[in-house]
Amino acid sequence: MHMHKFEKIWLTFGIGCLVVFLTVVGVSAFYLGNKPASCLTTINPEKVDTTKPFDKPGLHKVEGKEWDYELVFVASAFSYNPAKVEVPLGAKVKVIATTKDVVHGFEMAGTNINMMLEPGYVSEYTTTFDKAGEFLVVCNEYCGTGHHLMFSKIEVVK
Amino acid sequence: MVNTAAKVKVDPRDAKLSMAHFFVAFGALALGGLMGLLQTLVRSGKFELPWGIGYYQILTAHGVLMGLVLTTFFIMGFQYAAVSRTAGTHSPAARRTGWIGFWLMTAGTLMSGTMILLNEASVLYTFYAPLKAHWIFYLGLTFVVVGSWVDGAAQIMTYAKWRKNNPGKPSPLLSFMAVINTVMWIVATLGVAATVLFQLLPWSLGLVDTVDVLISRTLFWYFGHPLVYFWLLPAYMCWYAIIPKIIGGKIFSDSLARLSFILFLLFSIPVGFHHQLTEPGIDPAWKFIQVILTFMVIIPSLMTAFSLFATFERYGRSKGATGLFGWFKVLPWNDARFTVPFIGMASFIPAGAGGIINASNQMDQVVHNTIWVTGHFHLTAATSVVLTFFGISYWLVPHLTGRKLTKAMNKLGIIQAWVWFIGMAFMSGAMHFQGLLGGPRRSAFSTYGDSKQALEWIPYQIAQAVGGTILFLGIILVLVIFINLAFFAPKGEEEFPVGEAENLQEKAPMVFENWKLWLGITAALILFAYTIPFIDIIQNAPPGSKGFKTW
Repeated sequence: MHMHKFEKIWLTFGIGCLVVFLTVVGVSAFYLGNKPASCLTTINPEKVDTTKPFDKPGLHKVEGKEWDYELVFVASAFSYNPAKVEVPLGAKVKVIATTKDVVHGFEMAGTNINMMLEPGYVSEYTTTFDKAGEFLVVCNEYCGTGHHLMFSKIEVVK
Repeated sequence: MVNTAAKVKVDPRDAKLSMAHFFVAFGALALGGLMGLLQTLVRSGKFELPWGIGYYQILTAHGVLMGLVLTTFFIMGFQYAAVSRTAGTHSPAARRTGWIGFWLMTAGTLMSGTMILLNEASVLYTFYAPLKAHWIFYLGLTFVVVGSWVDGAAQIMTYAKWRKNNPGKPSPLLSFMAVINTVMWIVATLGVAATVLFQLLPWSLGLVDTVDVLISRTLFWYFGHPLVYFWLLPAYMCWYAIIPKIIGGKIFSDSLARLSFILFLLFSIPVGFHHQLTEPGIDPAWKFIQVILTFMVIIPSLMTAFSLFATFERYGRSKGATGLFGWFKVLPWNDARFTVPFIGMASFIPAGAGGIINASNQMDQVVHNTIWVTGHFHLTAATSVVLTFFGISYWLVPHLTGRKLTKAMNKLGIIQAWVWFIGMAFMSGAMHFQGLLGGPRRSAFSTYGDSKQALEWIPYQIAQAVGGTILFLGIILVLVIFINLAFFAPKGEEEFPVGEAENLQEKAPMVFENWKLWLGITAALILFAYTIPFIDIIQNAPPGSKGFKTW
C-alpha cells in the first residue's frame, strides 16, 4: 500500500493538531482541575427531600472547605428549588444539585455551569461567581410538556 | 476488472427492493420535514400548534422520522443496490432476506409512528428513561433495528458469495464499504437492543418496576455515536468511489479508501461517553479515554478529505487547469450528481470542526444540550449526509426505474441544493450562535419569565424559522424530483457510476478482508473502553427509577 508524500505531510499535520488539542484539554482537565461535572455520589431519588443537603435547598455559607458557599438545588418536573437565589460576587461556590423524578439539565446560561441531573445521582460543580448580574438557569434536557417552563434565576450581587 | 458489462446494471428484481426502501425514506422525509418546519415556527414565538398537538410530540416525530427512518431506509436501499451492482445480483435467498428485513423495519416504523401520533411516546428518539413510553413504541423500534440486521444480512450474503467465487482477490470497493458499514451498524445496535430488550420493554410492560437510568443511557450512547457514522459512511462511499467516476477522474487510492473504512469500524463505537461528558456517575478519567478514542476517528476523515481533493485536483490538471486553484473551475458544476454532494462535502469542513469542539471533554460544558448541538448535526447529518443522499438518488432512482435524469431535473437538483444550503446557513448558523449564548435545545418557545438572556435568543429563533421555511421549500423540490424520476421521467438508461482506482496495478492488501482480525480489534477496543466504567456503574448503582409520563 502506497501513501503519497503530500498525504503523509497532511496526516502528520492533522494528527499533530489532534495531539495538541488533546494535550491542552487533558492538562486543563487533570492538572488545572477543569474537569466536566462527574460526581460519583448516589442518592435515593424518592428520599431527596429528607436527605442532606437537599433537605435545605438554597445558598449556605460553609467553613473550613475549599469553597465559601454551597448552593443546593432540587429539580423536579417542572421547577427548581430555589426558584430564585442571590449569590455574592466573587464567592467560590460549590453547586450541588439532584432530581426527584426524571432526567433534567442544569445550565446557568452564559457560564460554564452545565451538567446533567439524573435520578439517583448528585451532580456537583465548583466555580467562582465573578460576573455580576442576573443569570438564567434553564433545564436543557427534555423532561416533559413543561420542559421549556422550567427555570430558576441566580442573581450575582455586589 | 470486476465491472464486466454483465454487471453494469442492477438486476430489476434487486432494483425493486431498493426502490421500496426509497419510497419509505422519502415518505419519512416529507412528513419529518413538515414536523421540522412546524418546530422552527413554534420556536419563533409567532405561531402555535393547532388541535392540541404538542411541541414535543412533533419533535419526537421529527427525530424518529429523519434520524432513524429516512436514514436507515435510504442507506439499506442504497447499499443493497451498490452490492448488487458491484458484487453481482443477489441470490433469491439473499433477496428474500432483504425483503423480510424491509417489511420488519416498515412494520416497526408503523408501530412506533402510531404511538407517537397517539401521544403515547413523546420521549424523543433518545428514549430518556425514566420517561416511560407505551411498550408498542419500544417494540416497534426493536423491529426497525432487527429488520435492519436482516436487511444487512442480505448484503453480507452476497459479499460472502463473491469472496467464495473469487478466492484471493480483494472484493469490489463499494461492496467492501457497504459491508463495513453494515457490520459496524450490527455491532453498534447491540447496545440499543440491549437497553430496549432487557430494560425498557420489560419495564414498560410492567414486568419490572424500575429502570437503572445511567445503564440505559450508557447503552443508548454506545449506539448513539456510531449511529451518526452509519449515516456518514454511505456518503463517504459516494465521495470515494462514485464521484471520481462522475467527474471523469480516478479514485486516488483504493487501498487507502479501504483503510479509512476499517478505521471507522474500529473507532466509531468505543466513544459513546463523549455524549455523556457532563453526566454524574461516570469517572472523569474514563470519559477522557473515550475522548481520545473519539479523536482517533477524526483521522480517517482527514484521509478522506485529502483523497477527495487529490482526485479533484488531478482531474482538473488532466484537463489542462493551471495555477494553485485552477482545477477548481473545471469541475463539472453543471452536473447535479457532482454539485449536490459537493455542497455536502464542503459543509463537512465546519461541521467536523464543530464536532471536535463538542467532543473536547470540558469544552462540552459550553455547548452541551444547547441548540449549538442541534446546529451541529444539521450540518453533518442534515447537510453533508442528506445532500449526498439526494445527489445519489438523482442517478440511482432513474437507474433503478429504467428512466433518465433529464436536463430540467438536473437543473432543479442543483437549485434544490443551493436552496438547502441557504436555508441551512440561516437555520444552523443561528442555532450555533444562539447555543453559544446558552439557548437550550429540544425546547418549545419560552421567555423564561421574561429573562433578559432569553429575550436575546429570540431574534436567532426567528432566523431559524426563516431558515426552516427555506429548507421546507427544499424538501418540496426534492420530492418533486424524486417523484418525477420514479414515475414520470422519460424511459432510458441512467448510469450507475462506479469509479476505478488510478493505479490498477496496486492491489488492496488481503489483510483488509480479514474479518476475524478487524472484528477482534473492534471488540477489544469496545471492551477496553467500556468494561471497567460499566462495572463501576452497575456496582455503584443507586435505587432504580419508576416510570414517569410527564407529557
